[in-house]
Amino acid sequence: MFHFVLRRLASAVPTLFIVVTISFFLMRFAPGGPFNLERPLPPATMENLMRAYHLDQPLWNQYLQYLKNAVTGDFGPSYIYKDNTIAELIGKGLPYSVQLGTYALLFALIGGVLIGTIAALRQNSFIDFLVMSVATTGVTVPNFVVGPIMTLIFALMLAWVPAGGWGDGSLKFLILPVITLGLPQLAVFARLTRGSMIEALHADHIRTARAYGLPAKVVVVTHAMRGALLPVVSYLAPCAAALLTGSAVVESIFTIPGVGRYFVLGAINRDYTLVMGTVVLVAIFVIVFNLVVDILYGLLDPRVRHD
Amino acid sequence: MTDTKENILSVRGLKVDFTTPDGDVNAVKGIDLDVKAGETLAVVGESGSGKSQTMMGIMGLLARNGRVTGSAKYRGKELVGLPLKRLNEVRGSKITMIFQEPMTSLDPLYTVGRQIAEPLVHHKGMTFKQAKVRVLELLKLVGIPDPERRINSYPHEMSGGQRQRVMIAMALANEPDLLIADEPTTALDVTIQAQILDLLRSLQKRFGMAIVLITHDLGIVKHFADRVVVMRRGDVVERGSIKDIFENPQEDYTKMLLAAEPSGTKEPPADNAPIILEGRNVAVDFAIGGGFFTSAKTMFRAVDGVSVRLKKGQTIGIVGESGSGKSTLGRALLRLLPSSGQYHFGSKNISNFDRSAMRPLRRELQLVFQDPYGSLSPRQTVGEIITEGLFIHEPQLSRAERDKRAIAALKEVGLDPAARNRYPHEFSGGQRQRIAIARAVILKPKVVILDEPTSALDRSVQGQVIDLLRDLQDKHDLSYIFISHDLAVIKAMSDYVIVMKNGKIVEEGDTEDIFETPTQNYTKTLMAAAFDLEI
Repeated sequence: MFHFVLRRLASAVPTLFIVVTISFFLMRFAPGGPFNLERPLPPATMENLMRAYHLDQPLWNQYLQYLKNAVTGDFGPSYIYKDNTIAELIGKGLPYSVQLGTYALLFALIGGVLIGTIAALRQNSFIDFLVMSVATTGVTVPNFVVGPIMTLIFALMLAWVPAGGWGDGSLKFLILPVITLGLPQLAVFARLTRGSMIEALHADHIRTARAYGLPAKVVVVTHAMRGALLPVVSYLAPCAAALLTGSAVVESIFTIPGVGRYFVLGAINRDYTLVMGTVVLVAIFVIVFNLVVDILYGLLDPRVRHD
Repeated sequence: MTDTKENILSVRGLKVDFTTPDGDVNAVKGIDLDVKAGETLAVVGESGSGKSQTMMGIMGLLARNGRVTGSAKYRGKELVGLPLKRLNEVRGSKITMIFQEPMTSLDPLYTVGRQIAEPLVHHKGMTFKQAKVRVLELLKLVGIPDPERRINSYPHEMSGGQRQRVMIAMALANEPDLLIADEPTTALDVTIQAQILDLLRSLQKRFGMAIVLITHDLGIVKHFADRVVVMRRGDVVERGSIKDIFENPQEDYTKMLLAAEPSGTKEPPADNAPIILEGRNVAVDFAIGGGFFTSAKTMFRAVDGVSVRLKKGQTIGIVGESGSGKSTLGRALLRLLPSSGQYHFGSKNISNFDRSAMRPLRRELQLVFQDPYGSLSPRQTVGEIITEGLFIHEPQLSRAERDKRAIAALKEVGLDPAARNRYPHEFSGGQRQRIAIARAVILKPKVVILDEPTSALDRSVQGQVIDLLRDLQDKHDLSYIFISHDLAVIKAMSDYVIVMKNGKIVEEGDTEDIFETPTQNYTKTLMAAAFDLEI
């Protein structure tokens, strides 16, 4: 197991290298630059800026310099938030995004598995139909519609919760963004669980468990659900990576100071270092969660144990 | 059996119905059954006879769309319609079951020890820790070697026979009154089959439980059961003692079942018959393990230096248990997988032929598979399936000519030519195998390799397919390589037999010699296991 983790972490290095390389050059080949403003800067200022940020040097040099700094954890200064380094920006925003994302993930996972299981156990009944219609709605209605509507109803009309902001990070501030962020994922988990649960309940070994008079709860939870969770666990990695690295839309709607907006702002402003920083951040999250999921998978299914 | 023993299970007017989109299906149409304490009752029938569904109905294990009505009393207690909680007091405690597929009947995610313990935990109120002693005892009882270690094994770490032993251990855990065995040995090799049946018999002697044996295999019934119930299409056709049924069957259907064991022999071809397909020192290696970047950890030799010579008009039977390499050998002879050795087809040396060089020869070298469900594309009509080969090998044919050939081929295999506009799922297993054969013969091949062509079929259907294969052989002077684990079929079909084990030939010779005077111990064991059970 230890060797498996080491091996996987070692294989993350080339992955990160490729991600950094591709995004570095893609960014540079995109038209425009960080200092191309609507009102062009005087050429002299522009020249000074370019020199100050080493943008006047050949691309290869810049690339090698970036790599060298990145290895030591220095992702450079931001071009638009001029007083901050990328590390500072992410360091400030990430805890909010991670916290919000974790709640959203738990909400989606627990809710989705529960709903999916209920639907599977009542396959083709009214409850199944109802639950799955709601789930489909969850996927199809975009969060920039769900968010404002919920704000309108629960914050403005009913005034149960604040309309936005982080406040002290308590439940009343979090509940709307968590639901908005988690709802589409909850729907995906519900669909996945329902499908694999229906299949699991038809398995021969479930018939065996029933034939041996095991209580219904044991049959469903111990025997059917453990197998049915395998595809759900597989989906956990991309889902966790997406939720925990913040959502530009949800964070903007609820004015939460996370890292989600940096993706958009960085890309629009050609803030090279900010875009690179967020890309590396997402890549690391994806790699880590894939590893976590593989370990979880091994714990759930003895046939794929890593030794 | 004495009639004085009490009935532990009495079934009266039991019906099982399934609601399907095409209307209700009456799987069991009101049958009566009695099982006496300590006896073995065999419920015999072909697929679709309702023999399994009867027991599933009694045990409350029907599929969601199934309904059971009538009465099934266990020691006076009505089981039909019993609330789940009450039914669960009986299932797994007083009445237990073992199933056909030991591969899938155990949960792959839990150790066998835990699974055997579960009935103890839920019925006897033990903790898993307390149950462990009893589980070890049970594993020993069913002959699992090294139980202290095996108790922590997962099902995928065990062989099919061992898994079935684990199922039996689970069934015995609470010392039941009645054990229902649903085709317990069908998925197992013959030697393993004999061991499992021996085990069941000795355990029955020791613990005195009654056994209901559900099977299609009359060979097992004769040696194992006290009484027989013959079922067909949801009804009981005939019932009686073993002696009555086997020596003096009353009903035509029973007689047909008894006669359905494959019979006849095949004359060897003339001595001067030319050799049509030959493989010398055939060897096939498979890589085990290894990933995309890492090289394979070990090589597994599936076929190890085997030589086969097939004469024109000959049928060579290749016998062996699962993992013996018999199917791999068949594919290697057709050059369908990478293998070493010298190969000749007629006068051509095809040892170095690659895929494209082999392609023109393919029409003369055909293959028919075991699984008539999996080997026909569900999205093509039967006509498209059987004429597909003509597109490649006789592209000059017009549509009308192809259609004519399809009609002729279907007639030849005994199917209605109208079948060509229908899809495979509309046909029964036997009919599908006929379609697969039609697909091979439409190309007018010289050699057909038959890989377990009858193993998935009921005995009565099996007989028909064998007759068909014989007719086709006579008519077109075909040469067959007949691969099977079923010795009775091999005996009836082939004039030369090769016995394989672990990729090597154990023994080979004329069919009569191999069956009458086998010289190798392995062959003798195989024969004993198969024919001790034969009628």
